[in-house]
Amino acid sequence: MSERRFPSPFDIPVPDGAEGWTDLYSYSSVFSEDRREQEDQAFWFQDGVHWPMAMTPWDATFYEYAIASLSQYNTRHYIIPPAMGIDYRILYGYAYLSPVGVADPAEIGSRVPEFMERAGHYFANWNDLYANWLEKIRALIHDMELVQVEPLPDREPLEVVTEGRGTGSGLALMESYHRILDLGLKLWQYHFEFLNLGYAAYLDFFGFCKQAWPNIPDLAIAKMVAGVDVDLFRPDDELKKLARLAVGLGLDQHFTSAGRPDVVDEALQGSDEGRQWLAAWAESAEPWFNFSSGSGFYHSDHIWIEHREIPYGFIGNYTQMLREGTDLARPLDEIRAERDRIVLEYAELLPSDDDRSTFEQKLGLARTVFPYVENHNFYVEHWSHSVLWRKMRALGGVLVKEGFLAEEDDIFFLKRNEVPDALWDMYSSWAVGAPSRGPAYWPPEIERRKQIVSALEKWSPPPALGAPPEVVTEPFTIMLWGITSESVAGWLGGADDESGDLKGMAASPGVVEGLARVIFSPAEIGEVQDGEILVAPLTAPSWAPIFRKIRATVTDVGGMMSHAAIVCREYGLPAVTGTAFGTKRIKTGQRLRVDGSNGTVTVLDD
Amino acid sequence: MSYTIWFSDFRPEHTGLLGGKCASLGTMTVAGMPVPPGFAVTTDAYRFVHANPEVADAIHSLLGSFDPADLGKLAAVSLELRQLVEAVPVPAEVEDSVRAGYAALGEMCADPRPAVAVRSSATSEDLPDASFAGEHETYLWVQGAEAVLSMVRRCWSSLFTERAIAYRAEMRYPHDAVQMCVAVQKMVRPKAAGVAFTLNPSDGDRSQVAIDSSWGFGEAVVAGEVTPDNFLVDKVLYEITRRQVSSKEYEYRLGGTGVERVAITDGRRDQPSLTDEEIRAVVRLARRAEKHYGCPQDVEWAIDLDLPDDSNVLLLQSRPETVWSRRPARVAATHGDYLSSIVATLTSPLHAHGKTG
Repeated sequence: MSERRFPSPFDIPVPDGAEGWTDLYSYSSVFSEDRREQEDQAFWFQDGVHWPMAMTPWDATFYEYAIASLSQYNTRHYIIPPAMGIDYRILYGYAYLSPVGVADPAEIGSRVPEFMERAGHYFANWNDLYANWLEKIRALIHDMELVQVEPLPDREPLEVVTEGRGTGSGLALMESYHRILDLGLKLWQYHFEFLNLGYAAYLDFFGFCKQAWPNIPDLAIAKMVAGVDVDLFRPDDELKKLARLAVGLGLDQHFTSAGRPDVVDEALQGSDEGRQWLAAWAESAEPWFNFSSGSGFYHSDHIWIEHREIPYGFIGNYTQMLREGTDLARPLDEIRAERDRIVLEYAELLPSDDDRSTFEQKLGLARTVFPYVENHNFYVEHWSHSVLWRKMRALGGVLVKEGFLAEEDDIFFLKRNEVPDALWDMYSSWAVGAPSRGPAYWPPEIERRKQIVSALEKWSPPPALGAPPEVVTEPFTIMLWGITSESVAGWLGGADDESGDLKGMAASPGVVEGLARVIFSPAEIGEVQDGEILVAPLTAPSWAPIFRKIRATVTDVGGMMSHAAIVCREYGLPAVTGTAFGTKRIKTGQRLRVDGSNGTVTVLDD
Repeated sequence: MSYTIWFSDFRPEHTGLLGGKCASLGTMTVAGMPVPPGFAVTTDAYRFVHANPEVADAIHSLLGSFDPADLGKLAAVSLELRQLVEAVPVPAEVEDSVRAGYAALGEMCADPRPAVAVRSSATSEDLPDASFAGEHETYLWVQGAEAVLSMVRRCWSSLFTERAIAYRAEMRYPHDAVQMCVAVQKMVRPKAAGVAFTLNPSDGDRSQVAIDSSWGFGEAVVAGEVTPDNFLVDKVLYEITRRQVSSKEYEYRLGGTGVERVAITDGRRDQPSLTDEEIRAVVRLARRAEKHYGCPQDVEWAIDLDLPDDSNVLLLQSRPETVWSRRPARVAATHGDYLSSIVATLTSPLHAHGKTG
């Protein structure tokens, strides 16, 4: 394996029309001649789980915050013995990660006592600390909501003077922007307070199972640990509740006819039943519809609460299914009973009572940590990000008003550290009462950047760069990204695999055949027809309602514990994740066989 | 005297009369497993052969100081002894009992001349640990009471096939210490058949069932005459974790003169010999046998063409698995306090496994 290499980031030509692309990202996040020697020695994989598309300049913020925070917990908080952080770069708008190991065995050994003391504290007090986390994250979201973003007034209100406040609106606006950044970074620090340790405990149980039963399917282990009633399914459950209420109140025709949401609302306002339904909607919507239809990492991901056509459409489907007599409820008791059966039967297969007690202990810890693993995603990527995107849009609105931007979302074409410059320019001209430079400077620059991003979006990032590792051992890389020695070998084989089969993770069992529907973004969800096989860069949990239509799922990226894999298992659909080339090789309308038990996808006709 | 005992009437105290194979068929039948119906012709019947002075003398004189390496002589001795055994007169009660059993099977199958398999089931009180697997004869597709009687005698005489004689000589077993019981069992008409282990024979993983399967009668698989399809299935989730479909060149199937070996020339040759549903049904069957016996099993099974889909998987034989079961089993590492275990997990490349789904 070591003889073959992935392309060097320095050898890949700039995509047509993307010249000047490095202006869009932090100088420290792009590959550069200064660090070339080190960068060329490293192995970089593209993180399409979280960043399947090219990032706009401001969207790189959460990428940088997330990976730095993840790393910080490994290196500075818990002293994970074999792992430093994960280095990150942006190449032509796409996210590339490189796990940094601790090479010296003696150093690994010396890190162990510290790890045991620090991580031990969290494991020993997990439930209390997690309860505390839930309070912290809600308080943080509350703080985000409190951030004020207002246009600069023509004159400061009188009370600023009469109360002797001594500062003005310009400072407040600049403070608000800094507050958004600080709360965002705090959010990502919170995110990784538990995640790495949660995965470590899960991996320990995983390792025990693999030792006891070398061929146990990964998903059997996942099923033993997975929660039955988790927050990740709550938004979908709320949709079903609202669909039932709509049918109960005789309002379902409003949703099946798929009118514009404001038209639907206007019609609902006209009746008692309609108003009752709208009140129920409002109750579900906060917080559960702060739900992104993407990974939550893009400003362009549609959030349900702001794009009601998405949840209304899903409710329409559900009301129709209810009318046809379909039971939408997830059979929780059956799922629980099945989970108990699986645990009991594997335990029976263990050779001794000692082994059984070890098994139960490890399963117990894995189940203790797992609620965080399953639930944090809603609080962080969905709910918190939704609030932060809203605040940023409000700030964009202020800049639109002053002529700096053509539309709110243009703010995401500024790097995060350019925003203070623009705000300063705006403030300064407001303060001085003379023209700012922004209206002449930013619109053409943003137009140029939009052209570049659109060129980057057309580029297909290779799954990996640089020197392939002999063996992938870094636990988080395997767990979070589904990257194993085998997948690296598969990528090296690339598109000339002889059998023509795509290989990936056997993420959810079963074998089906059907016609492919390749979609690249949440906006295309509506094209999916009943009985098709969904092929996508990744599937976000908020796509849950379409999982009732499709037969199987194939994704380019993601491992056994990717959110998509979890939802597919929940819905009993075969899934092959992490195929790397699925959306590139498969065309809509091709007939596929998806084998979710073996992790293969076969194109049956061309 | 019980010259015949139905599998469904089996009781543990019959074991000495029945030999390993018939006792196992009896145990499985009584436990409610889907075993084709049948009965055993017991060692009480064989006693007339064993006690026959002419036979006893011939064994003594022909095999007393026999050198099994003398292949030319072996064939002649075997032939002489077999002819002698097959000609020994037995009382009418023995033959009547076999005829009555066969007639009762005919009634069960609504067929006056049901096809049966006639199988040897050797036993020896003096050699309780001896395994005679595969040393003696089996006759498939036998029809009519007289043919059955004749094959019962040939099973008796198969104690003196060349390979049975050579085997006993090799194992230093006495030539007159083994008794022969014979199973008469309704013939299965298999679409496909094979064996199943209730663990993974390559690594001893007890969470798996390993299936070898091919078209037609299981003899092709058991004798290793074809490379069978191989499936690995998780016992708990019933997920098929590996499927290796081979090119199956031959099958044993029913022809004009009984069971014959024929080349597979149609599309089935490279097609899987089991559907996924059938694979899972074989796993359920093997699991039942394993749970019943309380230890890993090596089972022979067949899928019958005549029975309905939900009950067409039949159990032909179940034996304890002997290779992995004898090894001390314990999950080696990762015991001890959980933090040390987590450290070990993080630092060892154990989890650098591939996809295993």
